[in-house]
Amino acid sequence: MRLTVNGEMREAPDSATLAELLALLGIDARRVAVEHNREIAPKSLWSQRRLHDGDALEIVHFVGGG
Amino acid sequence: MGDAPLMIAGKPYVSRLIIGTGKYKSYAENAAALEASGAEIVTVAVRRVNLSDPSKERLTDHIDPKKVTFLPNTAGCYTGEEALRTLRLAREAGDWKLVKLEVLADQKTLYPDMEETLAAAKTLVGEGFEVMVYCSDDPVYARKLEDAGCAAIMPLGSLIGSGLGIQNPVGIRLIVEQARVPVIVDAGVGTASDAAVAMELGVDGVLMNTAIAEAKDPIGMARAMKHAVIAGREAYLAGRMGKKRYADPSSPLAGLI
Repeated sequence: MRLTVNGEMREAPDSATLAELLALLGIDARRVAVEHNREIAPKSLWSQRRLHDGDALEIVHFVGGG
Repeated sequence: MGDAPLMIAGKPYVSRLIIGTGKYKSYAENAAALEASGAEIVTVAVRRVNLSDPSKERLTDHIDPKKVTFLPNTAGCYTGEEALRTLRLAREAGDWKLVKLEVLADQKTLYPDMEETLAAAKTLVGEGFEVMVYCSDDPVYARKLEDAGCAAIMPLGSLIGSGLGIQNPVGIRLIVEQARVPVIVDAGVGTASDAAVAMELGVDGVLMNTAIAEAKDPIGMARAMKHAVIAGREAYLAGRMGKKRYADPSSPLAGLI
């Protein structure tokens, strides 16, 4: 399936979970937040949350800023 | 000297200096400046994880959120809706309720859009956030933000990143006089004397980024700012002498030979 992750097109295995996608992308899940189709996806649900073709995800963390 | 700690959202802080974490050459330099400044709160931004290099060094590798209070901001947001989205993500990422709200009006001035800011502040307070709010130096809006339940009022000294110092001391002073929550000058400080001037007006703290990050020696400037904030605070508490129009000798006139 095709997903839009942080504005980029990405391929992922069909019916992958959010936790699996993060592992696939090599993202350290500590202090990361995810928005799934414009809704916050709580960390506690990542391993159960199934993704679908066309889903949009935003994966953010803290960076330096004023 | 018996100064009470700065209380923000029920938590005490000894330092009255808050620093940003943007514009440094490296996170290591940023961490060293933080150490030199003595600050206990740092502002941080919320941005997309870099997908092409997710193992790139992270701010949290250098500054430990368990030791320093992270204050997620909404820098770069031009609508209340963007700011709300950013801070909801920040709360999820860090599990913190204390946030800095700033909703900007335009890129040239980065002046706060007060109408959007007030509306977003009300929504955030309703959702349980503790909101420190970047605002104009207008005492009327400052009062509205306080009435909306903001945890700290943060008027600009001058435009973000300008280093022009405290442009409207009268406005800042009016905000201080009416406020029942901490007032923190946010933006505009260029050098140590600006920070001292702000503190002498009676504000509870100063927030700065560029003045330290873009100094030739950021760590030296961080140390200078630490001293300036302390000096300004102590001068405010001590109460300055009255101004006079003519000279007044310091040595006694009696007993002159």
